[in-house]
Amino acid sequence: MTTMENPGRFKPEDFLVEAAPGVAKHDVEAVRQPKSKKPATDADGLSKGSWAEKPRIYSKLAKGNFRNAKWIVMLVTLGIYYLLPWLRFDRGEGLPNQLFLIDFANQRLLFGPIEIWAQEFYYVTGLLIISALALFLVTSIAGRVWCGYACPQTVWTDLMIAVERFWQGDRNAHMRLDQGPWTFEKIWKKTATHISWLLIGLLTGGALVFYFRDAPTLAMELVTGEASTVAYAFLAIFTFSTYLLGGIAREQVCIYMCPWPRIQGAMLDHDSLWIAYRDVRGEPRAPHKKGDTWDGRGDCIDCKACVAVCPMGIDIRNGAQLECIQCALCIDACNDIMDKVGRPRGLIAYTTERNMESRTAGPRDGLRMIRPRTILYTVVIAITGALMAWAMISRSDLDVSVLPDRNPLFVKLSDGGIRNGYTIKIVNKNQTPRRFKVELTGIDGLKTTIVGHDDASAPIDVGPSNVKALKLFAALPRDKAKALNAESTPVTITVTEVDGAVSATRDTSFRSPGP
Amino acid sequence: MTMAGHKHIDEVTGVETTGHVWDGDLCELNKPLPKWWLYVFYACCVWAFGYWMVYPAWPTLTGYTQGYLGYSQRAAVTAEVNAAKAAQDTYRQAIANTPITEVKGKEDLMQFAMAGGAAAFGDNCSGCHGRGAQGALGYPNLNDDDWIWGGSVEQIEYTIAHGIRNGADEARNSAMPRFGLDGILEPAVISDVANYVRSLSGSEQVDADAAGRGKATFAEQCAACHAEDGKGNQEMGAPNLSDAIWLYGGSQEAVTQSIVTGRGGAMPAWAPRLDPVTVKMLAVYVHSLGGGK
Ligand code: SF4
Ligand code: SF4
Repeated sequence: MTTMENPGRFKPEDFLVEAAPGVAKHDVEAVRQPKSKKPATDADGLSKGSWAEKPRIYSKLAKGNFRNAKWIVMLVTLGIYYLLPWLRFDRGEGLPNQLFLIDFANQRLLFGPIEIWAQEFYYVTGLLIISALALFLVTSIAGRVWCGYACPQTVWTDLMIAVERFWQGDRNAHMRLDQGPWTFEKIWKKTATHISWLLIGLLTGGALVFYFRDAPTLAMELVTGEASTVAYAFLAIFTFSTYLLGGIAREQVCIYMCPWPRIQGAMLDHDSLWIAYRDVRGEPRAPHKKGDTWDGRGDCIDCKACVAVCPMGIDIRNGAQLECIQCALCIDACNDIMDKVGRPRGLIAYTTERNMESRTAGPRDGLRMIRPRTILYTVVIAITGALMAWAMISRSDLDVSVLPDRNPLFVKLSDGGIRNGYTIKIVNKNQTPRRFKVELTGIDGLKTTIVGHDDASAPIDVGPSNVKALKLFAALPRDKAKALNAESTPVTITVTEVDGAVSATRDTSFRSPGP
Repeated sequence: MTMAGHKHIDEVTGVETTGHVWDGDLCELNKPLPKWWLYVFYACCVWAFGYWMVYPAWPTLTGYTQGYLGYSQRAAVTAEVNAAKAAQDTYRQAIANTPITEVKGKEDLMQFAMAGGAAAFGDNCSGCHGRGAQGALGYPNLNDDDWIWGGSVEQIEYTIAHGIRNGADEARNSAMPRFGLDGILEPAVISDVANYVRSLSGSEQVDADAAGRGKATFAEQCAACHAEDGKGNQEMGAPNLSDAIWLYGGSQEAVTQSIVTGRGGAMPAWAPRLDPVTVKMLAVYVHSLGGGK
């Protein structure tokens, strides 16, 4: 950067310029100006040959309702993320007592009383589908709510910026520090910032690994150096990536790495809420002097408070931009200014494209939340949710699968009889041991045996949260086999809990040479 | 390419273009990638060069570049296999020390033996006996309950270890005379005997007269091994002729052919190729297929 104003270059005298009585004009130029009214310059940070610099953005702390909402969302989401692995849930002897645990070794996902086994991963798939659809719905109603408030990239970046402000001060102080020489104060403030970021990263990575193993045990192991290499590797990866993405890269992730800003365009229409500068009301912009009339001019006093708070380094007054994550901080900044100069709030506000247009032409249209698009998303969410709920409610704590032998389909015995083999898997999803009886019915005279057991009616014990595989043989004597006269005869395998009401039946077939 | 001093600015957006023009007036806005992206690309190039240095990477005329780390996938696999074997050692030891008849009663050993047996069967036995041990003409079905050399787990273990008619002394050896080829019996007599043999298992398509004629010859020539009632003798590997299972087929033609040639299939000995624990696991596996005695 060589010529003209540089957003990173602090000039104290500029802060003395007033946009309105008592309202300083910020020396800030949006670092990204895709719709610049003037020809592009080096200061735009964009059109400098083939490669773009990473602009330094000093976002000022905003104050207002949206900033408060963002603090609350940050507190809740980070609170859940950091604390969830520490919550306990008693599942009984020998089973993990962590409320939420992704148990890779035993291939299951535990959440309170719910146990999701690897073969039931469709529940998780269903949840992901619902989440994606909910994201579509929210986006079509209110734009990038996810980006602005709840996305981990936004939340952690927000946290990192808050920490940076804590050590190095808000925008002006921070810029002064950066412009100044490398004094002892500057060195320790910078060091403290980076150490804090790394500690946050360490906590983030630490919390992540706790989801996969009993948290208190793993915490001890991590400290004493006994944890597995995988745990340390993931800890290191997440520490580093949190530091890098939240502390250093920040808006670059949203602009260059994330696909979501590109995809969401497909969900937005004229009636989606969107953060916009109401140029009809704001223009022509100009500084306002005490006693001047507001007639014949716009409400925008060109103080650039909205630009100063923007974490993405853009000027919302240039219109909708890919970079805007719709964090609403510029709304807070501008409302504050409007209060000071005694004009109505909402010069920058959540509005829709239709309202912006109708505003230009005349009266406002109001909000249209119920549209074919939102109805469609809602219906699909409802259907998926209902299916999931039904599957979850009707989910049995006993799962039986039967696999008839295919190679060979049947075995001819020395007495001329026919024998079939079945592999039966009994899944006990209860957290107590259970006892079952296995029965095969459908053909008279079938003699069944279970490999490893003395007789076919022997009770089968299945441990808590466990699977038992059995081999069942069913033999039919010669005359009966001859009488079958079919290549395949339907039979039923029933698994019944010995002292319980639960049972499961599976239809399968008995194969024979046929007519 | 953008020419220095030849900057073209798009009028609508105020953004510089790349300088390319298509169809006379179509330009592309210059939206440059960030510098860090370029540096990441350079870093990847450096990484690639480093990788080429330390790992096997490029083919040469006679082989490939080895890399300074001396890494080889073959060595890695061998190490993994050895590690897996070491992990199996406790079980293999326990199986080696357990009499084969008692393996079935110990659930963990049984599970290990079944898995190990199934794997060894797929590698070594399925070529002849089929993946499901279902056998084929001349290769016994191991799922059924008809055993030529005995179906107890010890007998199966011996058969696997030493094989059948493979020339070794310990092998299960026996030979049926080539009644036809060596001219011991006349073709007509052989046909009668074949009818008689087939009648033993209750076949309906038997020429009763011929069977009647064959009975005496059977008593004279065959009963010594296959027993008077045709139930066979597992000591000498003489198959049971009165059951429904025919190793070489039960038609008049097939049985005649068996008497003419004497058959006599062979099986290799596995003790010289597999370790004793694997043979033991194979026996347990085969025994559990459904017909074990
Ligand atoms: S839109 Fe509001 S905050 Fe932004 S420059 Fe205008 S008055 Fe200031
Ligand atoms: S323009 Fe406003 S809403 Fe968009 S990112 Fe900047 S501050 Fe947030």
